[in-house]
Amino acid sequence: MTGTRRPAVAGTGVRKSFGETVVLDGVDLEVAEGTIVALLGPNGAGKTTMVRILSTLVPADAGDLTVAGHDVRDDPNGVRKSIGLTGQFSAVDELLTGKENLQLMADLNHLGRAAGRARVAELLDRFDLADAAARPVRTYSGGMRRRLDLAMTLIGSPRVIFLDEPTTGLDPRSRREMWADIRRLAAGGVTILLTTQYLDEADELADRIAVLDRGRVVAEGTPDELKRRIPGGHVRLRFADPSTLSAAAALFDGASTDEERLVLRVPGEGDVASLRRLLERLDEASIPVEELSISRPDLDDVFFAVTGQPAPEQEAA
Amino acid sequence: MSSLAHTVGDSTTMLRRNLRRLRRYPSLTLLLVGMPIVFLLLFVYVFGGQLSHGLGTSLSGGRTGRAGYLNYVTPGILLMTVAAAVQGTAIVVAMDMTGGIIDRFRTMAIARSAVLTGHVLASLIQSIVSIAVVLGVAVALGFRPHADVLDWLAAIGLVSLFAFALIWLATALGLAAKSVETASNTPMILTLLPFLGSGFVPAASMPAGLRQFARYQPFTPTTETLRGLLTGTPIGSNAMAAIGWSVGIALASYLWARRLYSSRRPV
Repeated sequence: MTGTRRPAVAGTGVRKSFGETVVLDGVDLEVAEGTIVALLGPNGAGKTTMVRILSTLVPADAGDLTVAGHDVRDDPNGVRKSIGLTGQFSAVDELLTGKENLQLMADLNHLGRAAGRARVAELLDRFDLADAAARPVRTYSGGMRRRLDLAMTLIGSPRVIFLDEPTTGLDPRSRREMWADIRRLAAGGVTILLTTQYLDEADELADRIAVLDRGRVVAEGTPDELKRRIPGGHVRLRFADPSTLSAAAALFDGASTDEERLVLRVPGEGDVASLRRLLERLDEASIPVEELSISRPDLDDVFFAVTGQPAPEQEAA
Repeated sequence: MSSLAHTVGDSTTMLRRNLRRLRRYPSLTLLLVGMPIVFLLLFVYVFGGQLSHGLGTSLSGGRTGRAGYLNYVTPGILLMTVAAAVQGTAIVVAMDMTGGIIDRFRTMAIARSAVLTGHVLASLIQSIVSIAVVLGVAVALGFRPHADVLDWLAAIGLVSLFAFALIWLATALGLAAKSVETASNTPMILTLLPFLGSGFVPAASMPAGLRQFARYQPFTPTTETLRGLLTGTPIGSNAMAAIGWSVGIALASYLWARRLYSSRRPV
């Protein structure tokens, strides 16, 4: 689906249940070599489970999975040799120093003494940790810890990297730094699958986005493709009560209602002529509008359109 | 590199990591080695004078009074040191398993056994160092073993085997624990067992039910064997029982730990 490059990560019909709870309900996913794909969804959508399955931590109940050409079920060690995982929870040794953590990874990657040392020094520099190299990790800030975590993942030069919510809990500055690091990795030819519940993050980083909701991929495409699903943005109208809302909804084809917020989203360019027509129709029907705003399309709209639910960030607010 | 070389190399790397962690976090080791020393001081100086009256000179290395009781109680205290030290094993294993780093290890192409082997070897070294420290304190207080070189070698072998068994048990308990707190509590019962055996007073002096329990629990034959090797009391069939217990506990715990490690619940 992404042209000629063969997929570095491919999963078809992936299912996983924990007891009675279905977490993944037939997920298809493909990440072309050298690209960034974001798995976007709210908490509990199954993003982390998908990453844990791909990185050989938990077995899938059903489905075919290959990572870097290795079958996840039959050749987990082949997969492990090709991947790096930076999970949601800090995977660093708190009691060791930053340098010792990296040296540990170099040893476990069997880099050899000299090559290992060189790689450790290089990564300390690259992630701006050289000054803190001799300090125990428990004294590190959240951003430093996350950078060390990523550096540890990179020691063995993995071709495929899984990043499970790489910026959750980071302050805005560390978040932007992490984005820059991720882009640099992708520019170096590494394949990246990242999970996120931040729509702007997926938009910012990903070549393609798969929207995951309750264990299913409900939409897939480039950020632009997804945005095009709501052509030309929309006009957002807020009403005083549910009956006015439904009266207004009946006037416009393709409008979506958010009954909780008494909001109607009418697809449209938001240019003066179409806006005038829209207001005239509301006037003719004598429907009072409390508030009007014009939105350019963003991924919030996509999420709303494909899941029929407000985006997770709004949900949390 | 061959896979055996990888296994050895990875295990050595993990051992180095764990020893480094022990050095960085000495309060845990100090706390665990402090406990048997406190009990040694308490029992020798507070209860020792009185308790020594119930012991014949045959049980106390030919000495009487407090010095005699010190000779009697030291082997029990040494095994209590092992029981205390393995509490640390359960704690560090649980710390690893409940933290994020275990996922990193499990997604790397490293020998599967290296993580647990690293913990067990580090704990073994920690236990042996702890025992040496406690033995040093006992000697400083006046403990006078009459063991020859062979006795010493046998005693070291016995204690190491016993420590190895309890370390695997604590490793399994650490793997089974859902939190570090649980892991630090469960093995505590091990430190009680020397009391319910022949660690502090002869089992023969206990009421029937307790005596039966004392007879059929691992600390009793191990204590008796160690006491025999260090102070010359009769050993008899205790040696075989002690070795049997250790081998049995080590094997069962190893299999249990291995199963827990490979089938760990997803978070």
